[in-house]
Amino acid sequence: MSFIDLANPTRFLALVQRLLPWLAAATVLAFAAGLAMAFNAPDDYQQGATVKIMFLHVPAAWLSMFGWALMSMAALGTLVWRHPLADVAAKAAAPIGAAFTLMCLVTGSLWGRPMWGAFWVWDARLTSVLVLFLMYLGLMALYWTTEDPARASRAAAILTLVGAINLPVIKFSVDWWNTLHQPASVIRLGAPAIHPAILTPLLVMALAFALLFLTLHLAAMRNEILRRRVRTLQLMKADNA
Amino acid sequence: MNLGAHADFIVAAYAVAIALTVALIAWVALDYRAQRRILLELEQQGITRRSQREEKP
Repeated sequence: MSFIDLANPTRFLALVQRLLPWLAAATVLAFAAGLAMAFNAPDDYQQGATVKIMFLHVPAAWLSMFGWALMSMAALGTLVWRHPLADVAAKAAAPIGAAFTLMCLVTGSLWGRPMWGAFWVWDARLTSVLVLFLMYLGLMALYWTTEDPARASRAAAILTLVGAINLPVIKFSVDWWNTLHQPASVIRLGAPAIHPAILTPLLVMALAFALLFLTLHLAAMRNEILRRRVRTLQLMKADNA
Repeated sequence: MNLGAHADFIVAAYAVAIALTVALIAWVALDYRAQRRILLELEQQGITRRSQREEKP
């Protein structure tokens, strides 16, 4: 099956049905390995055992931004190439991206309270991630409240591309402004600033969360294709009535 | 395992992550079941897509 064949929703559905069990199994295995490594990792010399929150918080933060980046690429697919699956991919990614952003915000808050003495501060990094969460909710509301999927897809694609401006703001907020949030420790120029004993479980947990995102996204895309088929059949039924 | 003085925060963070993950999996699974059920009901009423009609002899 070539890449262009995937533009056909029926072929895409067949591929997803074959892939999903394998991806689900790989996700479970990656989480088993990641959690075992995370709970056997040494405590941080400054933060103690609270560093274990990092194994959730950092992958969730990466995937919250990855979700919007994926939707931005899909938005280009909708506006420029009018790919039949581009809007399906964008719409399916929005709730998953929102959930990962919420996970990032809540776990960060629970990490911040013992380390900073506050659940929340209006710091540039925290605020820009909160803006990302609100943008996800706005996009989901747009999809749910616009009856015509074609109109919703164009409006959502434009909103997504405008919202992508927030991604570099989130990434570089810790460099551009004085923030309480620590600077980048893994994705940075030079080597990661984390000891391998903590970095390795973090990367395995990131792989597990990425597999979870991919599995859920493909399953949600399958559901969205079915929902559009249902809509088409219901319109045919209304025409025949 | 000793989670130290801030064990409550660590346990709460993992509980939230598990709850959100379970909610996402449940949303995807229940939505799939609902769409399949509606599609089946429509097909039983004889309403099918053109491509499905062309497949029939």
